[in-house]
Amino acid sequence: MSIEIKTNSVEPIRHTYSNIKRRFGDKPASRYQEASFDIEATTNFHYRPLWDAEHGLNDPTRTAIRMADWYAVSDPRQFFYGAYVQNRAKMQEAAEHSFSFCDKRNLLTRMPEALQETLLRLLVPLRHMELGANMNNSSIAGDAVAGTVTQMHIYQAMDRLGMGQYLSRIALLIDGSTGEALDRSKTYWMEDVLWQPLRKLVEDSLVVKDWFELTVLQNLLIDGLLYPLMYHKFDQWLAEQGAEDVSMLTEFMRDWHAESCRWVDAMLKTVRAESDANAEQLQRWIAHWQPRVIAALQPLANASVGVAALDEVVGQFDQRLKKLGLVAEEVAA
Amino acid sequence: MSQLAFIVFQDNDNARYLVEAIAEDNPHAEVQHHPAMIRIQAEKRLVINRATVEEKIGREWDVQEMLLDVISIGGNVDEDEDHFILEWKN
Amino acid sequence: MATKNKKLSLKDKYQYLTRDMAWEPSYQKKEDIFPYERFEGIKITDWDKWEDPFRLTMDAYWKYQAEKEKKLYAIFDAFAQNNGHQNISDARYVNALKLFLTGVSPLEYGAFQGYAKVGRHFSGAGARVACQMQSIDELRHVQTQLHAMSHYNKHFNGLHDFAHMHDRVWFLSVPKSFFDDARSAGPFEFLTAISFSFEYVLTNLLFVPFMSGAAYNGDMATVTFGFSAQSDEARHMTLGLEVIKFMLEQHEDNVPIVQHWIDKWFWRGYRLLSLVSMMMDYMLPNKVMSWKDAWEVYYEQNGGALFKDLERYGIRPPKYQDVANDGKNHISHQLWSTFYQYSHATNFHTWLPSAAEMDWLSEQYPDTFDKYYRPRFEHWQKMQDKGERFYNNTLPQLCQVCQVPTLFTEHGDPTQLSLRTLEHEGERYHFCSDGCCDIFKYEPEKYIQSWLPVHQIYQGNCEGADVETVVSKYYHINIGQDNFDYVGSPDHQRWQAIKGNRPLGGDDDSRDAA
Repeated sequence: MSIEIKTNSVEPIRHTYSNIKRRFGDKPASRYQEASFDIEATTNFHYRPLWDAEHGLNDPTRTAIRMADWYAVSDPRQFFYGAYVQNRAKMQEAAEHSFSFCDKRNLLTRMPEALQETLLRLLVPLRHMELGANMNNSSIAGDAVAGTVTQMHIYQAMDRLGMGQYLSRIALLIDGSTGEALDRSKTYWMEDVLWQPLRKLVEDSLVVKDWFELTVLQNLLIDGLLYPLMYHKFDQWLAEQGAEDVSMLTEFMRDWHAESCRWVDAMLKTVRAESDANAEQLQRWIAHWQPRVIAALQPLANASVGVAALDEVVGQFDQRLKKLGLVAEEVAA
Repeated sequence: MSQLAFIVFQDNDNARYLVEAIAEDNPHAEVQHHPAMIRIQAEKRLVINRATVEEKIGREWDVQEMLLDVISIGGNVDEDEDHFILEWKN
Repeated sequence: MATKNKKLSLKDKYQYLTRDMAWEPSYQKKEDIFPYERFEGIKITDWDKWEDPFRLTMDAYWKYQAEKEKKLYAIFDAFAQNNGHQNISDARYVNALKLFLTGVSPLEYGAFQGYAKVGRHFSGAGARVACQMQSIDELRHVQTQLHAMSHYNKHFNGLHDFAHMHDRVWFLSVPKSFFDDARSAGPFEFLTAISFSFEYVLTNLLFVPFMSGAAYNGDMATVTFGFSAQSDEARHMTLGLEVIKFMLEQHEDNVPIVQHWIDKWFWRGYRLLSLVSMMMDYMLPNKVMSWKDAWEVYYEQNGGALFKDLERYGIRPPKYQDVANDGKNHISHQLWSTFYQYSHATNFHTWLPSAAEMDWLSEQYPDTFDKYYRPRFEHWQKMQDKGERFYNNTLPQLCQVCQVPTLFTEHGDPTQLSLRTLEHEGERYHFCSDGCCDIFKYEPEKYIQSWLPVHQIYQGNCEGADVETVVSKYYHINIGQDNFDYVGSPDHQRWQAIKGNRPLGGDDDSRDAA
């Protein structure tokens, strides 16, 4: 008898939290589910923000997009914090190995000086764009109203900081850690006409108030066009110039972008499918920003891979938009 | 008035080496064992030296590895690659 | 170009890898990019003087944090597989976890978003990066807490709807309003509130005794998440101290503003932590240290050293620190007495301290327990023995600021309830103390907005007019499972069964008074 009681007392009295049960039924839940759904406060806020009297805290009207339930957007990677950092720890281990390999064998410093300068002029300034992307994603994490959405954006924010740091380390390898090459590279970002359209675009993104517009601009449009151009086309072009070793140092970015497209696409599909109004709003943002992004990339293409390569990137990106049920704005690169 | 700089570690294997190194470098420090944690406190200043920890642990040790085991600190922090100092300056 | 690679110093490397990525904008105005930096009146003349509180680059962050997470989840798995909940000291202990999950974990999420916001909006890139790292850490904390509690939720009541409850249940408006207050403030006040007053000055009082308590009560999962979270907290505390010093060093006009915030947030935090005081003194079956001892070590001693250090900037210890120091002898008893009476409206159980526990309390509180509090508990014990477990069906008066029922007593007179009232624009407002009343006076337009649970019930905004309907329908508290006295509760019965004792009858007569 007492044994039976002992057995019964080990049986769980419920499988998961009530909010998870309401969403997914009374069954054991994944760690992703328990850590992500319904964790953001939704009601009975006490005070209006002093910094934005128009809105409340956790106010869903901080974007023009309307969702009956923002938790409809979830992460196909199922990243909660632990899964996220463990994934990135593996990626950074590989990156660390490459940096240390390049460092020990002087793979960058033995390149011709002109080629080193090309890296400082055309590749390393992207670290500043990464910092802008970091700020934008942190902003979205602060403004969005569902745990599934906010966490993807804080991961994205930290990833951008990390990638900016990897790009910076390329210059530090070149200048022997004096910072001199980084200073020069930053001057290109600030003054070289080549970079000004992109720098303007990044600064323009920093004043966008609608957080979903900002994720469309940064994570779909800027990244969706810039990454294929700079980390695929431009990377190949660098190899042709004799800088193939740099590829090792940007492998993280290629892996990262392939992964990042998955959640960005999933998010946009869900939001678009919610309503015609959402679809139209997304379309308006794309129409507004996509030509600006392409124009900002043109000088970089002209100085390296050529305009045909950019056209190809734009064409592929249009295919991606079509798959999402979104139409690209008609622009020639 | 007494001003104690302090650091608290989880009571685990890493911490034993750290505590040993800290006790050696800070003769004025007091080591207290609490449930599941070890607290080291010292008047005004407490220093962790990388060199001493490496000697105790028998391998290269990055000062930031400490972040894995530390629970709490008191004092202004001064950190570089060779040491981690907690100090009250007034 | 230099050809020799020398290893960067940590400080130099960190400068290049963080704030050097930022630039002076020229296509957009700086004040449009950072619109929230000035309205609080804090003057920053040179962000370059910002001292990075810790120098973790993302690669190191991923590496160390992954290592921590790997260890942590290995223990969670082992805990669940071995039914670790059966090894705790006593099932009463789990009620501390219920309070923690519904009261504290949602705040971690609020901190995550709060730091993400300020981590975007400071124009100093060094400060932004430090805040962002804290932001993602706070996300870690809420998630690891949910995962640590996940197993307990499968075996005990009261943990099942933490987020829903946090937004609604009466006493949870204490922690919620605290964080809403900080998040609705400007970025510098937010950091003073959370990084300095909460993380640096007070967080040790929450985490260290709580985690030691978990260790003493056989709760491996909580000890592990707690200590793992605290290893992040050491970085957060450093940020808290750096931000205060930075503001004070930047401009002398900042000193009075910061002093006001320190006064306000010390008091706000002190009131919030009164919930922890009762947890330590009453809810841990195996006691680690009394609230009084914890207050002496973690506030009086540590805080003393800290505020002495800050004297050089013209900062004095927080106003009403003397009231808080006096309160260490009283607040845990006053809180527990109140929650004991309102157990029908909470998601955790309460109980009367046993004779042995009361002796421990007498020993710990020689000047106050026997004199003021023991008689009350003994009286209730007599009632409970007669089958008249006392529940108070009158809704309490809440303080307009801290939202704790006005249950505290006057400084120096523990027989006199501390009450303050104030008229503002024709309305009368009630407070628990001068501390809370001062906070209101300084920003009445903020605190008249408070969502006071008791008022809301009276106004019919909580899905019912009677307590039972509000508790079950609006709060999602399962009546007869989550609430009432521990003795005879389903948790109690299951625990008896686990321990092989004869289960108590479900028809226990000790909780019929509700």
